[in-house]
Formats: sequence, structure tokens, C-alpha cells
Amino acid sequence: MIEIQNISKKFGKLEVLKGVNLLCKKGECIALIGPNGCGKTTLIKSILGMVLPDNGSIVFNGKSVVGEYVYREKIGYMPQIGRYPDNMTIGQIIEMIKKIRNTNNELDEDLLKAFELEKMFDKQMRTLSGGTTQKVSAVLAFLFNPEVLILDEPTAGLDPLASEILKEKIIQEKEKGKLIFITSHLLSELDDLITEIIFMQDGEVHFHKKVEVLKAETNEIKISKAIASILKQKQIENHNPKLAKVS
Amino acid sequence: MNRIIKIILLDILKSKIVLAYTFILAILSWSSFALEDNSAKGLLTILNVILFTVPLVSILFATIYLYNSSEFIELLLSQPIKRKKIWISLFLGLSFSMIAAFFVGAGIPLLINSPDSVGIMMLLNGTLITIIFTALAFLSSILTRDKAKGIGIAIMTWLFFALIFDGLVLFLLFQLQDYPIENAMVGMTALSPIDLARIQILLHLDVSAMMGYTGAIFKDFFGTSTGLIVSFLLLSLWAIIPFIISLKKFNKKDL
Repeated sequence: MIEIQNISKKFGKLEVLKGVNLLCKKGECIALIGPNGCGKTTLIKSILGMVLPDNGSIVFNGKSVVGEYVYREKIGYMPQIGRYPDNMTIGQIIEMIKKIRNTNNELDEDLLKAFELEKMFDKQMRTLSGGTTQKVSAVLAFLFNPEVLILDEPTAGLDPLASEILKEKIIQEKEKGKLIFITSHLLSELDDLITEIIFMQDGEVHFHKKVEVLKAETNEIKISKAIASILKQKQIENHNPKLAKVS
Repeated sequence: MNRIIKIILLDILKSKIVLAYTFILAILSWSSFALEDNSAKGLLTILNVILFTVPLVSILFATIYLYNSSEFIELLLSQPIKRKKIWISLFLGLSFSMIAAFFVGAGIPLLINSPDSVGIMMLLNGTLITIIFTALAFLSSILTRDKAKGIGIAIMTWLFFALIFDGLVLFLLFQLQDYPIENAMVGMTALSPIDLARIQILLHLDVSAMMGYTGAIFKDFFGTSTGLIVSFLLLSLWAIIPFIISLKKFNKKDL
């Protein structure tokens, strides 16, 4: 569904993406993880066309996304830090996006109800807390029943109840066979959600594996521990290559 | 496209700056007609007001609005909308609201007090100046991400065209007064949209008779219909070129 071929991006002198290759298919729920500043958000923004990569191509449903925009109808994007016009209310924002999309498809207003945002429709965006802004972002991402969901740190800033609601919604959508991207640092939250893991470091994809394979390789039951053991392994290799061979 | 323009227009109207601008233009125009005993003098006063305030408000308001709507632009970009469409809609929305303010504020008194070719000329030039300085605002806001720098560039641009350019022209005139530079002077005016507009209107007023030899040369060029068309084309270019450059840059920008 989404094929990323050898994309790279430089911001000034900083190389943020160095030849990233990925292939993501329908029905997968992929966790994109990696340390801060490893290029996760840049990768996501390149898929959305907000950042234009220097080289390489991104193919969505068999078509290159360069200069295209219609494909974004099929993507629901929840940004890490949602930025909205200050003087608009929640209701106006949702109404505006509906008008811009202008679709006849059925809208998915589950989250709107679950988060009880309707009560706050006339609150201005600048008065909202970080968590409520996140809720608005989540509602907008799911509203149009997109085939692909891209969620950049969806649960950061949400209270436990809201993040549970969101997680359930993600699982529900995953079972409908949608492609879901999640970036997160809370590995423990991902356990019952994801099917694949992409680990990025310094602008490169370190590995892209199915969760079962990863767990089997490291003999761990939890994703967080599996990742931790891989990282430890890597650290040893970096510090002392000989030691790694012995262990 | 229309949906986005509508949203932008409503948003601009909500910030009361445009209303205040309309109000100020109205006070200035009505009072300059009321203070002078004949409408030609009133026109001259208004001319200076228009050539000073209209560019300043257009460029400053548009630049600040663009920086403040960075969130809005970001939100729209994640939706299925062409990049070009977003930028063009912003431009149309902003210039339309500024032109509307100009028409209501200065246009009504102009057409009532001077319902002839000069009044219409003034309206036309005011409209063009508004569009030109909105376009320059788009250029200055795309040049840098830093809001303070962007607004600085906008103010410098206005200062250059409104004051510094005239100073430079005057300086050249005095330095080269022994040479026949009248024709070159006509060419020089093409480099500043404000001067183009000023000369166009001045030549339609009776005062142009008092401008001496240079005035005659100007009249020779701008007074003819070819000169008029050329100068309007130049004014249009002043709007189109900065906007196209900013559009190209916006298309390649990372957000």
C-alpha cells in the first residue's frame, strides 16, 4: 500500500533521513520507534507531503505522491503537537474540515462521542489543555474513515481513560483491515496493538520485523523487553566488538 | 477553492483590524474633502494618504496574518488540498478583504466628491497598490520562518518604496542635473510601484502643468494611452512577479 524507496532528507547540514526503504501493506499495524530526533516525524511528514524529500520516492497505492494531493483523502493524520487556529472553536474546526473534505461518505463520530467533545464545541482552541487538543486531533484523524491512519504519539498527554478509549478505537480499526502507523515511546502501551515494529536510528531503518519474530528472537514476552535487549546487544557491539561475539 | 476563500474571509473579518482600517480610511478621505474648498485639492491630499497608508497597512497586515495562520496552513496541508490552492486562496482572501476595505473607506467618498476619470483612476491605482503590497507581503513572509524578521522585511520594503526610493531619485536628479536624464527618469519610476501610481494620478490632475520640463516629458509618456497601458502592465507585473516567486517557494517549503 505504501512503498518508501530510498528517501533521504537534509535540513541544512543535518541528515535526518538517510536512504530509508519501507514496505507497508494493508491490515498491518506498525509501530515506528526510535530515539528522539531519529527522523520518525520527518518520515511521517514525507508520507503526507508536508516535508518534501531530497531523493527517493514514496508510492501510495501504486502511484507516486510527488505533487499529488488526492491520496491524502485516504489518510487520517494525528500530529504529535496539534496546532490549530487560536480563535476558532472546536466545533468550527471540525465543521471547517468537514467542509473542506466535502465527502458524502459516512462519518465516523465514535471518538467525538466517546471523548464527550460535543459539550465543549464552543470552546476556543487557545483555551484548551494539551490533552483536549490531542482529543480534537484524534477525532479529526478518524472522522473520515480513512484507509490509512498515521498517529504520531497518539497517547502522549491523554489521561488514562481517554488513552484507553483511543487504544480500543485503534484496535477496532485495525480489525477492519486498515493500515495503521503509530509512533510512540511508551512501548508497554503498544503490546496488544501492533503487528510489526520498525526501529529507526540516526535516520536509518535499523530493523523492520514482525512482532512474533522479534519476540522469538529475543526470548521475551513483552515488546519493551525485547527492544531493550536488542538495544543492549547493540551497545555491547559498539563498545567492544569482541565481547559481543563471545556472548 | 471557494470554500477555503470563504473561511479565510470570515476569519479576517473576525479580527477587527480590517474594520478599523476601513474606518480610518473613511475618516481621512471624508475629512480631506471637507477641509479643502475644491475637490482637486482634496484629491491631492487623499492621494498622499493613499500612497502612504494603503501600502503600509496592506503589507503589514498581510505579513502578520500569514505568520499567524501558520497553524491553519499546516492543518490544511494534511488534508487533500493542493499546496498551490492553499497559497492562492490565502492571497485572494487577503487581497479581496483589503480591497473591500479600501473601496468602502476611500472609494465611496472619492466617487461622491470626484465622480470623474481622476476619481476612478485613483480607485484603480489604490486597488493595484493594495494587491502589489499584499503580494510583497507573501514574498517577505515566505523568505524567513522567523516572524520578527519577516515583519522587519515587510516594514523595510514599505520604507524603501515610500521614502528611500524617492530620496534616491531626488539625489540622482541633483547629482546629474547637468545631463539630459528626463527619459531615464521615466524608466526609473518603473522600479517603484508607488511612484508609478503617483505619477499616473498626478498627470491626471491640473497640477501637472506646474511640473516643468520633466513633467512635460512624463506627460509625453504617461499621458498617452500606450504609456497608460504600459504603466498599468508594469503595476500588474509588480503584483504578479512577487506572488509567483512566493508560490514557487511555498511549493518547496517543508512544514
